[in-house]
Amino acid sequence: MNELIYFFNYVVIAGSVTGCIYAIGAVGVTLIYSILRFAHFAHADMMTLGTLAVLLLTLAFPHAGDPLGLPTAIVMLPVGMAITSLIAVGIDRAFYQPLRNHGVKPIVMVIASLGVTLMLQGLIRLFAGTGSQNLYVDARKEIFRIDVPGITRPIILTEPQIILFIVTVLAVVGLHLFLTRARLGKAMRAMSDNPDLARASGINTKLIITLTWVIAGSLATLAGTLLSLDVAFKPDLSFFLLLPIFAAAIVGGVGHPYGAIAGGFLVGFAETLAVFNWSVLLRPLRDSLPTWLELPNNLALVGTEYKIVVPFFILIAVLIWRPTGIFKGKVI
Amino acid sequence: MPLLEAIDVHGGYGGMNILNGVNMTIEADEVGVIVGPNGAGKSTMLKAIFGLLTITQGEIRLRGEAITNLSPHKLVEMGMGFVPQENNIFPSLSVEENLEMGAFLKPGTASRLKAQIYEFFPPLLEKRRQPAGELSGGQRQMVAMGRALMNEPSVLLLDEPTAGLSPLYMNEIFERVKTINAAGVGVLMVEQNAKQALRIAHKGFVLAAGQNRFTDTGAALLDDPQVAKSFLGG
Amino acid sequence: MNSTSNTPSSRHAASHRTMPKRELVLFGGLALVVLAVFATMGPAYSTRMLVEASCYAILALGLTIQWGYAGQFNAGIMGFVALGGFSATFFSIPVNHEFWSSDLPGRLGWVLLAMVVVTAIVFGISRLDRIGVPKLLRTTLAIVAGLVGYLVVISWLRSVTGDIESQVEFIGGLGLPVWLGWIVGGVLAGGVGYFIGHICLGLRSDYLVIATLGIAEIIKAFLKNSDWLTRGTATISPLPWPVAEPGDVGFLTARALYLSVTVVMIAVIFFLLHRAYHAPWGRMIRAIRDNEVSAAAMGKSINRRRQEIFVFGCILMGIGGAALTSFNGLFDPQGFLPLNHTFLVLVMVILGGPGNNLGTLFGAVLVYVIWIMSGPMALAVMHAFVALGSHWFDWQPGNLDSRALQARVFVIGLLILLVLRFAPRGLIPEKVAHHD
Repeated sequence: MNELIYFFNYVVIAGSVTGCIYAIGAVGVTLIYSILRFAHFAHADMMTLGTLAVLLLTLAFPHAGDPLGLPTAIVMLPVGMAITSLIAVGIDRAFYQPLRNHGVKPIVMVIASLGVTLMLQGLIRLFAGTGSQNLYVDARKEIFRIDVPGITRPIILTEPQIILFIVTVLAVVGLHLFLTRARLGKAMRAMSDNPDLARASGINTKLIITLTWVIAGSLATLAGTLLSLDVAFKPDLSFFLLLPIFAAAIVGGVGHPYGAIAGGFLVGFAETLAVFNWSVLLRPLRDSLPTWLELPNNLALVGTEYKIVVPFFILIAVLIWRPTGIFKGKVI
Repeated sequence: MPLLEAIDVHGGYGGMNILNGVNMTIEADEVGVIVGPNGAGKSTMLKAIFGLLTITQGEIRLRGEAITNLSPHKLVEMGMGFVPQENNIFPSLSVEENLEMGAFLKPGTASRLKAQIYEFFPPLLEKRRQPAGELSGGQRQMVAMGRALMNEPSVLLLDEPTAGLSPLYMNEIFERVKTINAAGVGVLMVEQNAKQALRIAHKGFVLAAGQNRFTDTGAALLDDPQVAKSFLGG
Repeated sequence: MNSTSNTPSSRHAASHRTMPKRELVLFGGLALVVLAVFATMGPAYSTRMLVEASCYAILALGLTIQWGYAGQFNAGIMGFVALGGFSATFFSIPVNHEFWSSDLPGRLGWVLLAMVVVTAIVFGISRLDRIGVPKLLRTTLAIVAGLVGYLVVISWLRSVTGDIESQVEFIGGLGLPVWLGWIVGGVLAGGVGYFIGHICLGLRSDYLVIATLGIAEIIKAFLKNSDWLTRGTATISPLPWPVAEPGDVGFLTARALYLSVTVVMIAVIFFLLHRAYHAPWGRMIRAIRDNEVSAAAMGKSINRRRQEIFVFGCILMGIGGAALTSFNGLFDPQGFLPLNHTFLVLVMVILGGPGNNLGTLFGAVLVYVIWIMSGPMALAVMHAFVALGSHWFDWQPGNLDSRALQARVFVIGLLILLVLRFAPRGLIPEKVAHHD
């Protein structure tokens, strides 16, 4: 039974954590795609940027969270989200909007977003260096051990993981309510469906675009901060986050927020399962196996250093067999 | 003062003129129908009025006020409604949400108007929770017109509202157009089904090569042997 | 967009008149800049810079045919460079006799054979539906067989590579001439390009960007972690040159000889590209880029042409990467960076003029000179900033050198955005010939 708990700790929990991060990231990518019709490659660095904002705020007020009993970074999260949204809108006005007004092809927008990603990377590393930093400033990460009766190994959950799960659920429910109930949310879906008709209906498309960047910037900050709370703030994560997030968005069907959530969990769990050492689960059977079948010590599908291969292969498989994704996405 | 006036309108795409001097006048209680052969510039004229392409010469007036080359967004605010021929609904939004989008500028009036639209197009009521993309062609056209009406326009531009519909639905749509007009909305529509359309038209405009060829009342155009011979297929 | 389409003929006529002058001025200016570098930094340093710039020019030509000719954007140049670099290294470094005299080559051979066998078995199972096996059963069988086979082979491979690392460090090279490695590097890169292109070229161009970005990171991860093959982070050096080495004839002469090799390569590529561009094949490529629908309507096999051009571009990147790595004399998988090997090349192409070979060459040399010179400049600017920052905010950042590097990242990003906005056709735009 210890093995099952091990599996739970290293696959179910770890996979859910990764899945939540990828899902929130992919929702941002997919929303930008459905409104602005280009793949926003600066999204991973926007996550890092948002996290940096939260980190700086946390460094400035290390004990702001104490009265609430929450990590300071969580208390600073809304402020960080606001700052990042503002920057995202600013980037759009300065760089994307002129190109959009020029009527360039989507691929040129993609290249522009690569330019933005480099600028953000440069700025982030200029101010934060390249080393990793802990988001728990002057505080300790709480770890909960839940004993399961009759088993020596406990289920291990950390404080940031619990916060992550709660916040993810809140974010998803909030986004769902916004898109289906709020007037602007419906207008966002309308614009994603048919931008010309949205304009002909009097929908203020500029406002919708601004709103999209606010949501994307906020979600990016959320994902980045929660990831960094769980591990640490790493300025050079972006290209490694980009691939799984895009794979998740494409698997779920581009332009489809619920698909992106499903895709995020799919990619997250696939990654976790692929690097999991299955040998551990088979170990209790070792004595009953025939002698010629020696159990290798490492039965992981891929080594951790090749984790990035997993989203790539998911991406390739989807592109080959179902380019519209699980939930039929919009445009190919 | 006429509701909508177009005076000697020239315009087109990419420097190539499609409209070479079109004149039109519609009163507030009138249905105007634009007919003519393919490539005559019928839909182009409608798009020119709605600010979707650049007018190089001439003027368009709404209740006497010049609206030449204003943006669609502005025109919607001024009470103009436009139903394109294709892609005229939000397919993944429900019927109800489609209608709400039409009232985007006047959220306060949405629920009252929605009830009116359902009364007007009864089939939409039972399908109001369905994605509009799943409806039949005629029902989609109802959604499209309903969406445009949600803004309480004073003038409604319809681009071939009956294209691709069965005769049954076609007559239904024409009946609705008459009712809409009777409720005080000026209508200007482009139609391929010229005979039926002219029957409900107070004014008819026969365009050819981007110019007015004949302009008269609908009934007069139907009776004109020359119009019948060249444009109505005998 | 409406106003421009009625005047293409007049614009082209104008550009034909002014173009030679513009090119002369730009290249003259570039020559002056290079001379200035020669005067201040000395000939040995400057020749090195020119060799590297010429290698980058090969990479940039690879991208200009993909992006400029065909509108395919490749964001994984780094991966193709790394493949070329690995191939050049593997072919040219001396044979590791210790490895070949042990039983390890045999064991490695068996693993490779097993890989082939497993692939064949899985492929066979995936075709079972042709003899009446239900599709669901076939798929299940294929997945199970693939998984089991993969696990067996991978654990076998792990044990062999582990032994290689512990007994003989790595498998060494082939001791063959460098140029053979360059050619194979091009072929390898072309093969990967074929794989990616086959999957992505029929889809929206955004997908090609993400796929190339991904494959580049994967190639790098593989080369970095396969210590048995590449010594990984321990790096391999020195690498032989195709010409006389600095140790024999001195730095300047050796580098000048190397430069002549790369220049000849560029000349050959230029000639081939020029011929291809004006041949029916080139016209077809541009027709597809400019109006896919009408090109398809004319019955052109779009995907084949696209595939050809993408693979061709990747081959050039492989060769360029091989030449660059050989020249550096060091194979370090961690030294391949998206910034230096992907985005720098992108800037060269979009600044120089996508689709214009001469413009691309100009962009490559200019951007590389700026890039090399920007290191010290960035450091100086950093010092100025820190002086201000510490004065105002008591900001005391450490390791200025690495931060200065990051400032260059920012500048490259900004440059991309500025060029896209203000000079979308580059400094020497593509000359659109009349073919109507």
